[in-house]
Amino acid sequence: MRFQLIGVNHKSAPLEVRERLAIPESRLPDTCRDLTAYPGIEEGMVISTCNRVEIVTHTTNGSADLRGFLHDHFHLTAAELDSHLYEFREKEAVRHLFRVASSLDSMVVGEAQILGQVKEAYATARAVGAVRGQLDQLFSRAFAVAKRVRSETAVGSSSVSIASVAVELAKKIFGTLQGKNVFIVGAGKMSELAARHLMAHGCASIFVANRTYDRAIGLAQKFNGQAIKFEDLYSTCDRADIVITSTGAPHAIFRREHGEQFLARRKNRPMFFIDIAVPRDVSPEMAKLDGIFTYDIDDLQQAVSSHVADRRKEAELAEAIITSEVERFEARLHTLDVVPTIVSLQDHLETIRQAEIDRVRGRLGQLTPEQEIAVEALTRGIINKVMHTPITTLKSAARESEATTVVDVVRRLFNLHDKVTTPPDKKDEVGTRQ
Amino acid sequence: MSLLWLRFALGCYFISLIYAFVALTRTSDLFSRIALHAASLGMVFHFVSLVELFLSGQVVWASVHNGESLLAFLSMTFFMVIYAIYKTTSPGVVVFPVVFFLTFVAAVDEQPVLLTQFVSHKGWLVAHIILIFTGYAALVLSFGASLLYLLQERRLKAKKASSLISFLPALEVIDQIGYRSLLLGFPFMTLGLLTGSVVAVTTYGHVDFLDPKILLSVLMWAVYMVMVFTRWNSGWRGRRAAFLATFAFVAALAAWAANYFSTIHRFAAS
Repeated sequence: MRFQLIGVNHKSAPLEVRERLAIPESRLPDTCRDLTAYPGIEEGMVISTCNRVEIVTHTTNGSADLRGFLHDHFHLTAAELDSHLYEFREKEAVRHLFRVASSLDSMVVGEAQILGQVKEAYATARAVGAVRGQLDQLFSRAFAVAKRVRSETAVGSSSVSIASVAVELAKKIFGTLQGKNVFIVGAGKMSELAARHLMAHGCASIFVANRTYDRAIGLAQKFNGQAIKFEDLYSTCDRADIVITSTGAPHAIFRREHGEQFLARRKNRPMFFIDIAVPRDVSPEMAKLDGIFTYDIDDLQQAVSSHVADRRKEAELAEAIITSEVERFEARLHTLDVVPTIVSLQDHLETIRQAEIDRVRGRLGQLTPEQEIAVEALTRGIINKVMHTPITTLKSAARESEATTVVDVVRRLFNLHDKVTTPPDKKDEVGTRQ
Repeated sequence: MSLLWLRFALGCYFISLIYAFVALTRTSDLFSRIALHAASLGMVFHFVSLVELFLSGQVVWASVHNGESLLAFLSMTFFMVIYAIYKTTSPGVVVFPVVFFLTFVAAVDEQPVLLTQFVSHKGWLVAHIILIFTGYAALVLSFGASLLYLLQERRLKAKKASSLISFLPALEVIDQIGYRSLLLGFPFMTLGLLTGSVVAVTTYGHVDFLDPKILLSVLMWAVYMVMVFTRWNSGWRGRRAAFLATFAFVAALAAWAANYFSTIHRFAAS
């Protein structure tokens, strides 16, 4: 088990740092390829969401220089980055990944979105061949654990999502949402969800602007809303009381001067910006204006955290599941580690037995079928009796950390040749999985 | 007797006053209900006190302290109207201390002396007093609302998690309370000043604009008008509105204090 994981999340790093590490979806495959080409890394994948960037790898010797990879890839110095990073190895890496997939490490504990995001990242990495045997096993297990946590605890129920927090905040500003207009900038799933919540609370109409006009039309139709051309964004935005923005723009698209224009046209009626984009769409300068209320993804987390207490108990239950699952996974992996040894040990002894019987048969001459059976039973019996203790020892050692040592000793004692089962080559499967 | 009732009212207002201070630090539904009931009971005593005063035969409202008592009662009435509409006790944070202070001053001692013996049209005087005080009460509310608006705006801007469970109503609700009080108060204030002028003209034959009382009253009215105008025209709110409201409030206090310096609008000294 040579898993290594490095990353930043909403707790370890401020938005400013996460902004610099965020990898757009289009560049994920390349990043995965770069990762697997990096020295010491056999398999690797990248999870990049607005709250986290995680690099999960299976390495050749368990100590690949993942920090080095990040520095090179993002052109960041150790001073800028290292204090925000966390790094886990082996068991702890497995635990962390399980927690992430089960949404225990999420900003909103229990939200369902992260699992989908991890699955997408997995599919991307698999499509480019960056994920094969080991990570494959790890992630399949992680998905199963996430499912178990969801079904056995109430962590995911009555989910306090970003969306419902946004509604609550909007009510703090506007009182009632009746008759308020919503503007979605950048058609994404999260903004769609937030819009759906707002509409359910009485918002009157919806505008959608997107770089790709067709997507704007598509989303607008879902809400009986109105699609706006992106170039008309600034001239129409002031019609909305609530703006949900989540574009992939590298720089803020709402700057101070825009805010001043909006307020002037609105006679200073307040506007609420829900900025779920990373990097942020609303400049901090604009957020300072009187009458403009901006909550970015970190602020939403703070608001959310007040609700989290209710779920702490369920989360504890979920943590217990994770712990037992990590152990199970570890045990299974180790068992897998010793299985080839047991098999080659059995093969080895079987070869000896056959050779000895053949050698002796010449001297004994023709045997009756009864004698044949007796010899067979005798030799097998001896071997099984002798083998019994080493095999049980191997199997039980598999669950301990000493597995590798025991395996080594057995191999040396019996002079077993390396017959490590290489993971089946999956290249022929490339691209077949969605 | 009216003073006794007023002191009962004061006791009730005291409970509300405690609420005003506690509400700033934490939210308690129970406490706000207690404060509300105490305030209502206080208003009943207060009303009885005012009625007794009225029935005592002479219109003695023109004494400083009775004026304060009336203003306190009107402010409380406004507060209750707002509660009836918006179901929020939060303006109490500002209104209760003001009301308590006014009632306290009024309840300290008896003050039957008045300066109305020269006034020829008592009806105009009564109209003047009631109109002006209604305007004042609306101003107190609007001032309170603008402070609450600032407070809520700060909390939302500071993104405190606690802002989700704060005692304050939504920003737009506070804004509406302030704006409506402003709009309602303005005609009262205007008519109050007009009736005052009528009283002055009928009593002295002219209005002395250089008298500090009149000067400050006109200034207050001007600020009031600027507030209504900027709000109506460009939707000023938040910091700028609070600044104006504070200015108007200070002008109102100054106009009130001018009673002690004015030659024509002087209450009898105690």
